[in-house]
Amino acid sequence: MGVRSIKMPDVGEGVAEAEIVEWAVKVGDLVREDQVVAAVMTDKATVEIPSHVAGTVLALGGAVGDVLAVGAELIRIDAPGLPDSVASAEPKSRAEAKPPAAPAARPEPAEPAPAPKAEAAPPRVEPEREAPTAAQPPERQSRAPRLVGEKPLASPAVRLKAREAGVDLRFVRGSGPAGRVTHDDLDAFIARPPETPATGSVRAANHAIETVKVVGMRRRIAHNMAESARRVAHFSYVEETDVTALEELRASLNAHASDARPKLTLLPFLMLAIVKAVADFPQVNAHYDDENDVIQRFGAVHLGVATQTANGLMVPVVRHAETLGLYQCAREMRRVSEAARQGVAARDELAGSTITLTSLGALGGIASTPIVNRPEVAIVGVNKIVVKPVWRDGAFVPRKTMNLSSSFDHRVVDGYDAATFIQRVRELIEAPATLFLEDRNVVACHARECGHPD
Amino acid sequence: MNELRCKVLVLGGGPAGYVAAIRAGQLGLDTILIEAERLGGTCLNVGCIPSKALIHAADAARGLSEQRALNAIGLFVGKPKLDFAATIGWKDSIVARLTGGVGALLKKAKVRTLLGMAQIVDGKTAIVRADTGESRIQAEHLVIASGSEAAPLPALPFGGDILSSTEALALTEVPQTLAVVGAGYIGLELGMAFAKLGAKVTIVEALPKILPLYDHELTQPVARRLADLGVETLVGARATSFADGSVRVREADGCERAIPAAKVLVAVGRLPRTNGFGLETLDLAMSGPFVRIDDKCATSMRNVWAIGDVTGEPMLAHRAMAQGAMVAEIIAGEKGAFDHKAIPAICFTDPEIVAVGLAPDAAKAAHGEIRIGHFPFRANGRAMTLQDDEGFVRVVARADNHVVLGVHAVGQGVSELSAAFSLALEMGARLEDIALTIHAHPTLSEAFHEASLTALGHPLHI
Repeated sequence: MGVRSIKMPDVGEGVAEAEIVEWAVKVGDLVREDQVVAAVMTDKATVEIPSHVAGTVLALGGAVGDVLAVGAELIRIDAPGLPDSVASAEPKSRAEAKPPAAPAARPEPAEPAPAPKAEAAPPRVEPEREAPTAAQPPERQSRAPRLVGEKPLASPAVRLKAREAGVDLRFVRGSGPAGRVTHDDLDAFIARPPETPATGSVRAANHAIETVKVVGMRRRIAHNMAESARRVAHFSYVEETDVTALEELRASLNAHASDARPKLTLLPFLMLAIVKAVADFPQVNAHYDDENDVIQRFGAVHLGVATQTANGLMVPVVRHAETLGLYQCAREMRRVSEAARQGVAARDELAGSTITLTSLGALGGIASTPIVNRPEVAIVGVNKIVVKPVWRDGAFVPRKTMNLSSSFDHRVVDGYDAATFIQRVRELIEAPATLFLEDRNVVACHARECGHPD
Repeated sequence: MNELRCKVLVLGGGPAGYVAAIRAGQLGLDTILIEAERLGGTCLNVGCIPSKALIHAADAARGLSEQRALNAIGLFVGKPKLDFAATIGWKDSIVARLTGGVGALLKKAKVRTLLGMAQIVDGKTAIVRADTGESRIQAEHLVIASGSEAAPLPALPFGGDILSSTEALALTEVPQTLAVVGAGYIGLELGMAFAKLGAKVTIVEALPKILPLYDHELTQPVARRLADLGVETLVGARATSFADGSVRVREADGCERAIPAAKVLVAVGRLPRTNGFGLETLDLAMSGPFVRIDDKCATSMRNVWAIGDVTGEPMLAHRAMAQGAMVAEIIAGEKGAFDHKAIPAICFTDPEIVAVGLAPDAAKAAHGEIRIGHFPFRANGRAMTLQDDEGFVRVVARADNHVVLGVHAVGQGVSELSAAFSLALEMGARLEDIALTIHAHPTLSEAFHEASLTALGHPLHI
């Protein structure tokens, strides 16, 4: 027999390690040549790893969520008729990778992984969302109260008896298989109905706990968020802006929307405002390398746009927003956020932002405290538009207002500067014509030492 | 005018109404049943029973002409001769026996039956014009069981050679050519039967598939059989007119063509009968074209009940009968509720299709993870001895607790397996319950057992 080993490939970009995010095979499976066996993720991309031989899977180099060094053994395959490629019997995986012989071993503490089930489970019996084996259906679940909306399981005769007794079977605990309510269960319930809780609720308590392994994107998001919250001295600043004029402008532009000039949301205007404002406040359009105590201030405005995707939060980047007009901003933002949602964003569309814009649209709330997208030092958040009575010239008038909730890294951005920056953004938004004035700072910016973030 | 009083007045003597009346009579309620035409309703007179009689005759005729199958078992017969008038006479005799039986059962339950047209006056009063004269009936409870009738197609109005299923079941000779508009179960059952009796049948369906309510896996064997029988099936096609023995059809690609048809059977569904007997004067809440009911078959008016086809889909006799019995019991003070887990549905096509409970897609949508067990009749000994091993039994269960959510089958004679499927669902059976039940050998029902074993991951005979 020929034992072949597939190593974690060098996926390029100077990546030293990659995380296993999915196994397509398990030990004992037959694999064909070119069949995808695993998906691994690096900082940059998720890559599917095919097998270059046909044979039987002997061992896996780690579990989903494990990080393997480039060159470590990813999978070992018994390929009949081929010479061995594996010199030693031991897979040469990195320390934190689980040895294939002991799949239950815990990864090293640095790698976040779900606690073993015995720890996660509360003392009481609770249903699990895992598929049971055929031989052993989850008897435990049958004892658990059924979930809200789930219909009770009972034979027609039991259902009839319950109706006659005026008992709602949803509240009767079923002792039969799969929680089926038996005649005995019903008789016992009728003889001694359980006391309803003091709250008056007749709903059964739901003890379900779903264990979700934090892997891939989610783990990366968790890591980045925690790192940012730990290192950055956040301070948030909320200011109300009057967007009545901006909304009028937007409505009149949208009334004449065409294919070349599609309907606009508020965000492209904000992008223009941020581009204009940061020209006067280079300290907020910067990266702070806190390990080397270096701040890089950028001439370019690479605007990160926080985007919800199926896999979680991503921040695709509109590059060189300072070169874009209103409709170009809108088009570019739509393009990169769509690419992120579809999972087809190029690497440089997901990295290198210098300042970030975040908006939850209609869900924007009245204020928020966004987390700075480290190593950036500022993030501008948009809250929802509300019509408010505003005192103007001796009378209340209805005005459309919107809060801007922004956070800054207080280590390198002073409160005064941050507030003045946001006031500048507010002025631009409240008098939208100024968004389109000739930029007086272009020359000044180019005169400065400007670098690119990447 | 004759003045009558009763506790329960049932309008309509079909499966819903006659069962409600019999059960009410059994429970000692003073009951009057009014039927406008013949006892037994659509089901006994122009639906389930006569169509099954015709299908049986057609199968027998077809069996005698399938020389290869006959020769395989050592039988050699000449060309059979069909006297279709005698076939229809035989069918009528079965119908007469059953409808006569219904009359006798009503009498035994001490139900007064009036034949005549009823007119609702208000929620407690109706006037009936019977051959014995006019009567005004006062009742405490009014049960509406007025049934349904074949839906017309504006392009092909019923009359002359354009038939509904009712007229198709009363033909005295097999038409040379028959166009069937609508590939639902009624159109296919009758279309296949006439094809076996010698008609050249063309089926025209506006939707892109036959039996649109069933999944592809279930309808595929029927589609194959249609082709074997020489039935041409046009899907995505619309019949636009009929003249001079030919139906004009616009096909999916926009092409027009003419289909020769001595007769046209229009079977595009059924509509509830809600007009012509004063129902509108009650101004009941409706649900689309149907009378809206709750889980006790109560309408929006107190002590006015509605059962059967007039209350909506599925328009099936067994649902109607269950509703009828339940309403009688509720009126008698029992605590009934229509809380059935599943209403079995059967297409008596060739092969037959049984559907009980949820199909895989619906089960997945409702319960998430599922298991599917599939067992083909080609691995079933009994099917081989019956010379027809087409089809399969499919069991769908929840993945987490193995409770059976649906059972579907397609194959010869699978309609008789439906009892086991329905019982499994009503009892809340798990796959293990079926797997641990001994199923008699050699029977088609073993496929149900094996499908459950397959869902559990350890089938024995495949």
